[in-house]
Amino acid sequence: MTRSRIKARFAALKAEGRGALIPFLEAYDPDPATSMAILRGLPGAGADLIEIGVPFTDPAADGPSVQLAGQRGLKAGATLAGTLAMVRDFRREDDATPIILMGYLNPILSYGPERFCTDAAASGVDGLIVVDMPPEEAQELAPFCEREGLDIIRLVAPTSDAKRLEVVLNASSGFVYYVAITGITGTRSADPAALEAAIPPIRAATDLPVAIGFGIRTPEQAAHASRVADGAVVGSALCDTLASTLDEQGRARPDTVRKVLDQVRGLSDAVRAARR
Amino acid sequence: MTLPNTLKNGPDASGKFGGFGGRYVAETLMPLILEVEAAYAAAKADPAFDAEWRRLLTHYVGRPSPLWFAERVTRHCAQAAGRPDKGAKVYFKRDELNHTGAHKINAVLGQILLAKRMGKKRIIAETGAGQHGVATATACALFNLPCTVFMGATDVARQQPNVFRMKLLGAEVVAVESGAATLKDAMNEALRHWVAHVEDTYYCIGTVAGPHPYPVMVRDFQSIIGEELRGQMMQAEGRLPDALVAAIGGGSNAMGLFYPFLDDGQVEMYGVEAGGHGVHTETGHAASLTGGRPGVLHGNRTYLLQDAHGQILEGHSISAGLDYPGVGPEHSWLHEIGRVQYVNATDDEALAAFQLCSRLEGIIPALEPSHALAYVLKLAPTLPADKIIVMNLCGRGDKDIFAVASHLGVKL
Repeated sequence: MTRSRIKARFAALKAEGRGALIPFLEAYDPDPATSMAILRGLPGAGADLIEIGVPFTDPAADGPSVQLAGQRGLKAGATLAGTLAMVRDFRREDDATPIILMGYLNPILSYGPERFCTDAAASGVDGLIVVDMPPEEAQELAPFCEREGLDIIRLVAPTSDAKRLEVVLNASSGFVYYVAITGITGTRSADPAALEAAIPPIRAATDLPVAIGFGIRTPEQAAHASRVADGAVVGSALCDTLASTLDEQGRARPDTVRKVLDQVRGLSDAVRAARR
Repeated sequence: MTLPNTLKNGPDASGKFGGFGGRYVAETLMPLILEVEAAYAAAKADPAFDAEWRRLLTHYVGRPSPLWFAERVTRHCAQAAGRPDKGAKVYFKRDELNHTGAHKINAVLGQILLAKRMGKKRIIAETGAGQHGVATATACALFNLPCTVFMGATDVARQQPNVFRMKLLGAEVVAVESGAATLKDAMNEALRHWVAHVEDTYYCIGTVAGPHPYPVMVRDFQSIIGEELRGQMMQAEGRLPDALVAAIGGGSNAMGLFYPFLDDGQVEMYGVEAGGHGVHTETGHAASLTGGRPGVLHGNRTYLLQDAHGQILEGHSISAGLDYPGVGPEHSWLHEIGRVQYVNATDDEALAAFQLCSRLEGIIPALEPSHALAYVLKLAPTLPADKIIVMNLCGRGDKDIFAVASHLGVKL
């Protein structure tokens, strides 16, 4: 079993001289088959790592786009177990693209932290972003993550001061997720100059790769973020595109998968062109 | 189970009561709540802060709230017992007489003073029934601070009088459409807004839930209720009460009543959750402790209404102030160690108690304490006549007359 897909991927990209494109999709949005088709198509469209959102009823850190994606996913029957099954399906064809699950703690507690980590690793998950689990509250999950080789990827915010940064980085593995704005996902865009100023202190404090997320929507922004840091996460913009293709009943149309993947391709082209 | 020598030491440094509470928030919020924690610790140690808060309670809120011997309710319970030696004496702690009509103002004033100390320029709050929103809007008017209240769109529609009150007081009311558009969604939206307005905004939480330090801070402020009661009861009866009864939504009025008595083993305590259509239904009630199980929501680990997959369920109660799917973490702990008995009252029982209290005592209670009264009406007849029960009448019913009229089939 490959246990360091994240590390291997960032190392390969570094050798290639470019940053990563990390698209986000919400599991089961708008239905299991469509979201599986998008997931399968992502590496071909240029995704370097993939973040899968696990729907939760109360996503307190997410903006409207991801909230709605989560509600559509829940309506389609999304569960943590169902999300892991998607990853298992994906791994039959792709054993190299790192998969990160992003979600909230309660569904994991409900599943059982130990059993979840065992099943997630066995399904081919590489890392977790548990939004509402700061380092101080990680003891229920972290030991099992370590045992199973699952990275815990943590958010660093513009509000994280030096002392806080140390606490967060000490509890991080895989890569560091820099939240570009003080706010929730997809609501505003980061100021390029602010990003360029924000990343060096993080680099100075860790050897882990740094990805930038929250508020990256366009190919230009993705290219800039991947050049300033080691990767760009694009979520809300893709959720919006998916939502725009749905019919009046919220069902996928024949072009839903293609439109999302086309957008990923555009982002990827920009990131690939932004060699350092 | 061996209990510690005192039950009043919680929470620990990590904000935990037993295994409950904590700070389960996104990293973007951590610096904010750590700042609130440090500021509250400093304020608590400052006698001037306490003096200012108490001045407001006396001259603005109208504290201490009276302790009322509810003689006709007591007689009613004695008659229900059918035996001359049964039927405990029932007292009401009358927090419904506070300015703004409920206990919420006690903790709001404390928090607004804290926000001012922290140099914050604007206040946000969440509200369900609107009582906490009204209290926050009131304090913000007094202190000339801009105030934004997040309220689920469903609640906005069913609590129009309170929405108008908040607007009269100068607050902006944001109808939250996300999720199920009720209290929990209002809280999600307030948390989202807070993250995006870190620099100048203070989040004034209405109950003993949320990330540390909110549960302990709101409890400390609300403990004025139990502290006053202690002295008033000694004066009235020369001894402590035998039982305390309070309604539980998030649990702030109950925590305020119970906390000063936690170490008085002879004082029994009953928290009355909203039984809605009955706790046997999956989503027809809001009894988190009776019908839920531990999980993490809104920054704390506590008992929650949730499905088998850890998705949060909507609570139901006739009272918009009780239909929250969680409960304060200290209650979860008191439940697990058995110090407080958590019981429930259904919509129908609360509605009956609402009417009974109006007719027997000339007091129209809010639907929230009507749940507490419904349990008192069951408990008092089973106790000897020399026992004393104190119920927290934590809010008045003016806001509920439209809802009650509609339930009774009366057109206003």
